[in-house]
Amino acid sequence: MTVLSNLSPGQLGTIHAIHAEQALYQRLNALGFRIGKQITLIRRANFNGPLHVRIGGTDIILREIEAQRIQLQAV
Amino acid sequence: MKRIALLGMPNTGKSTLFNRLSGASARVGNWPGITVDLMSAKVLMGGHIAELIDLPGLYDLHGFSDDEQVVRHFLSHHAVDLVMIVLNSSQIDRQLSLALQIKQLGLPTMLLLNMQDEAKRAGITIDTEAMAGALGFPVQTISAKYGDGCPQALQLAGQVLNNPATITAPQDIAKLLEVDSLIEQTMHDIVQHTVQMPIKFNDETTDQIDRVLLHPWLGLPLFFLAMFLLFQFIFTVGAPLQDGMAWILDTFRTEALEPMLANIPAWLNGLLLDGIYNGIGTVAAFVPIIVLFFLVMSMVEDSGYLSRAAFLMDTLMAKMGLDGRGFVMILMGFGCNVPALMGTRVMRSRPMRLLTMLVIPLSLCSARLQVFLFMIATLFAANQAAFIMFALYMMSFFTIFLTAILFKQQYKSTEPFILELPPYRFPTPRQIWLRGWQEVKHFLNRATKFIVIGVVLVWAMTHYPTDVAPASAATIAGQIGQFFAPVLDPIGIDTQLAIALIFGFVAKEIVVGALAVIYGLQGDALSQQIAMNIDWVQGMSFMLFTLIYTPCLSTIATMKSESKSSVFMWVSIIWSLALAWVISFAFYQSARALGL
Ligand SMILES: Nc1nc2c(ncn2[C@@H]2O[C@H](COP(=O)(O)OP(=O)(O)OP(=O)(O)O)[C@@H](O)[C@H]2O)c(=O)[nH]1
Ligand SMILES: [Mg+2]
Repeated sequence: MTVLSNLSPGQLGTIHAIHAEQALYQRLNALGFRIGKQITLIRRANFNGPLHVRIGGTDIILREIEAQRIQLQAV
Repeated sequence: MKRIALLGMPNTGKSTLFNRLSGASARVGNWPGITVDLMSAKVLMGGHIAELIDLPGLYDLHGFSDDEQVVRHFLSHHAVDLVMIVLNSSQIDRQLSLALQIKQLGLPTMLLLNMQDEAKRAGITIDTEAMAGALGFPVQTISAKYGDGCPQALQLAGQVLNNPATITAPQDIAKLLEVDSLIEQTMHDIVQHTVQMPIKFNDETTDQIDRVLLHPWLGLPLFFLAMFLLFQFIFTVGAPLQDGMAWILDTFRTEALEPMLANIPAWLNGLLLDGIYNGIGTVAAFVPIIVLFFLVMSMVEDSGYLSRAAFLMDTLMAKMGLDGRGFVMILMGFGCNVPALMGTRVMRSRPMRLLTMLVIPLSLCSARLQVFLFMIATLFAANQAAFIMFALYMMSFFTIFLTAILFKQQYKSTEPFILELPPYRFPTPRQIWLRGWQEVKHFLNRATKFIVIGVVLVWAMTHYPTDVAPASAATIAGQIGQFFAPVLDPIGIDTQLAIALIFGFVAKEIVVGALAVIYGLQGDALSQQIAMNIDWVQGMSFMLFTLIYTPCLSTIATMKSESKSSVFMWVSIIWSLALAWVISFAFYQSARALGL
């Protein structure tokens, strides 16, 4: 068990839980963050900048803080 | 009249489809959140004249950002006869959720699976019949950009419209929008049974480009290099076009207008030729370069690079209380500040939105660009021009950063930063042409509205009273100039420039036109006269002031309507005036102290 922000580029995991308040949860849901989905970390920006992740056909960037709220099961 | 609404997640091609079906030219771009307001047009469908409405994209029906509110408000106040859901076929596995939510509203609905071209290339196949069966409404694959499937979609829409259906009343929709429902399982089942996706199907080309453009160390330098090259391109190609345009306007005056108007009274001749024609002509000479500028902008907007810019700049922007999207809005502000201000509707937290709106008017918009091109050509040698222009853009960034840093304590927020990264796309020639044409229309519109009135007023002020020399100290303009002299003298701005600045409040397009009228000259003669009257230090101070103070009345009006606060609007006006004065003062006085 780990969180999304701990992955290194190229690693993937399965979404296990999303800890976010309602509005953020819904937005994440709509962007494809759903329990059981596979997620890959593509790259991270320097200086703790945003993360670039991929779920299915969608590429998303998000900040480290948000990525910490997404719990993964390593694959 | 039947009413048809286009609904879908952001960046799925709603506006592209809207343009194709109605022949309108809504703004299209590869950035989620290009459309933030309603737009409607008439179309012929199934024998009916119907009103087609393009709406902002929304992630789900329960979203609360200001652009999503526009959609909710629309649905709960207007009866809709047909909802056309538009979704990106390659992302059907997540976007179907919105279709299922909309289905629960009980409105006549059809689903359009857009971007069929991309889905096909990726090897995705969708069984539309089975999907239609599962959803209970018609499903059609289309490609809004290239037109495939669009006639069939129209036909289907006609059929739905001709089938009398019960329509949920808007008040009931308002209630339905509140209920949350579990659609996850249904979505999963439908996708499972009707969609076939290869395991790995992301666009290889996009991945390869991103490996370079989003490179941890190279990304930012490449961004600035790309910006620099684009501007270089615009100015290199634009300069001869601008000269050509100036020549045409000048020739038209001497060969056609002057002989034609030779017999009318002198004052009217002066008003028409030295006032209106010179004023508008001087501004119009910049039309080609501005159109070129917008064509390049539209290509950048449609390429998908804006989201990458957000990725690259987010870390730095976060230090200033803003985020990557704010940076993209600043870039859009380089075109025009007004749509950039409206674009901040995608932000949910009000403090962050306000802080972004406070800095956007400082971005060097295309109208100010005209003033700078004119002043630089007048006061600097050709080989210095690029450097001065570059310095002004840097100054624009500097004032933006400074403002954000100073105000970030007042506008603290914890807005999450989550953004889609769409694949790289390239606009079709038609899309580019439409956009360019749109900008010309926008310019002509402003020209007729502000510039003519502004130029006539300036002419009147510089020619009244009639018994003194035009534009001299005894005219109204001269007196106004003297009134402001105590504040403007210390920054090196003389009476003539002061009048231009005052009119620049209305719109920056007037500034150059006003100068032409004040001096009663056009083209090279105007430049020579200005170069004799002021030196480059004064010119630079004038440009700095122009860069920083309030861009135009439309921007002020948008500030007020978007923030719904007059206080905020005044804060912005006063801050920009104060900052403009302080920076011009610092520049002018230190340059003089250095003996320049
Ligand atoms: N390949 C392809 N690209 C498309 C198609 N339809 C639209 N696009 C592109 O998708 C991007 C988004 O199009 P828009 O029409 O602005 O999307 P929208 O749904 O109005 O987006 P928002 O206004 O932000 O909600 C643009 O770059 C379009 O050129 C299509 O059928 N195929
Ligand atoms: Mg749109």
